[in-house]
Amino acid sequence: MEFVTFEKVSLAYEEGGPLAIRDVSLSVRKNEFIAVVGPSGCGKSTLMKLVSGLSNPTSGYVYLNGREISGPQKCIGMAFQASNLLPWRTTLENVMLPLEIVQPYRSQMRKKRKEFEEMARALIARVGLAGWEDKFPWELSGGMQQRASICRALIHKPELLMLDEPFGALDAFTREELWCMLQDLWREQPFTVVLVTHDLREAVFLADTVYVMSKGPGEILVRREVDLPRPRTLEDTYTEGFASQVHVLRDHIGAIRKH
Amino acid sequence: MAFNRRKFMIRNASWMLIVVLLLLWEILCVGLEVPEYLFPAPTAVWSAGVERWEPIMMHAWQTFFTTLVGFAIAVVVGVVLGIAVGTYPIVYKALYPLLVGFNSIPKVAFVPVLVVWFGIGTVPAILTAFLISFFPVLVNVATGLATLEPELEDVMRSLGASKLDILRKVGLPRALPYFFASLKVAITLAFVGSVISETVASNMGIGYLMMAASSSMDMALVFAGLIVIGVMGVVMYELFAWMEKRFTRWANRGSNSVAV
Repeated sequence: MEFVTFEKVSLAYEEGGPLAIRDVSLSVRKNEFIAVVGPSGCGKSTLMKLVSGLSNPTSGYVYLNGREISGPQKCIGMAFQASNLLPWRTTLENVMLPLEIVQPYRSQMRKKRKEFEEMARALIARVGLAGWEDKFPWELSGGMQQRASICRALIHKPELLMLDEPFGALDAFTREELWCMLQDLWREQPFTVVLVTHDLREAVFLADTVYVMSKGPGEILVRREVDLPRPRTLEDTYTEGFASQVHVLRDHIGAIRKH
Repeated sequence: MAFNRRKFMIRNASWMLIVVLLLLWEILCVGLEVPEYLFPAPTAVWSAGVERWEPIMMHAWQTFFTTLVGFAIAVVVGVVLGIAVGTYPIVYKALYPLLVGFNSIPKVAFVPVLVVWFGIGTVPAILTAFLISFFPVLVNVATGLATLEPELEDVMRSLGASKLDILRKVGLPRALPYFFASLKVAITLAFVGSVISETVASNMGIGYLMMAASSSMDMALVFAGLIVIGVMGVVMYELFAWMEKRFTRWANRGSNSVAV
């Protein structure tokens, strides 16, 4: 069951300008967790913009759930390196933002506000932020802000979650904690995930399939399935199997950098 | 003890400075025997103010009224144009050079035109107050909207939010601190505008009072008028500073800084 499909997609941001990505073909199954890795400037973020319909391909086709994408898609969750929480809203209000926009929640907001609030509180508690619902973003640490940001990306139960280096600005310990949190959320209530990262361990830890991209114009060089059993634990990251997966990816990236 | 005294000093620094300046002013005038028709001492200004309290108040109300009406129009026009300029690049491109050019014209040069159109009195004063004070509101609202983080816009758009949704949920709340900061600037400018217009073309208002008083060499009354304008300006400024603090508390914490 294919959920996201790229067919020979190229994109130039300016007409006749340099290509950001070239001839990218890939497919993501429903509820698959994929990671895209590569050096900076390889068009990873372009890939995200294409899937969410924020950019249109110059050539080729992007399909979401069997339909060609045209224009911004509804019902996608997104989180970035910066949490982008609204500073005038509390954690709870921030998490509830998508419910004020996405249907059918939007039109039910008035009637079911209490119910939605419970839903948001439950999700907030689920990522370990219980007790912080009524705090403002500036009162939260970086890791907590990122947890809240992921809650906001998931509250409206999107079928597709897009993560653009979501843990990039966090310290190593917090980052690994959030890996586990994300894996738990995904296992409990599966959704399709596209994770863009430059952390190879992160990619191997979280993803079912890892794509390695080359530098400008971005092309997919390698597609590699990670067949490590789930749930993966932080202990696993120190095993031979895990290390060798990371190592193979590392070699591919190293080869790109030499060119 | 020493700490408390320092705290007291900081809290009351502005009052103490005013008292010191008034004392210096008085000593200077009395000591050098400056004639009152050139530079009246504070005591002379005070007695002129007490003596002519009623006419001063009448003119002050006129100025206050024209200023507030002009300011209110400026806020409405500034917000509407600011939203247009901040939201649509084409409006920005089209309108901005024109606005900057217009803002560079000294508004006092515009008053005669307004007089020809509307006669002397209240209307030109209101319009001058409006013309001089809408620009900072416009610029700040537009800046607040235009500096929206692109990623935040992506988040909203990927939820299927319309342009209006983005404006309502993110753009406007985010521009609020900029807006309040601009109100403080705009209200003081509005006073400048209405008083300018009154000095040139009116038979009402503090500006007119000062012109009339200076032509009859009543410098004490001129200074009383100046002080009344100053006091009104400070009071309104503080009011908007208080509103700014009250409504945009979030902007004064954390990493989001605010333009002034």
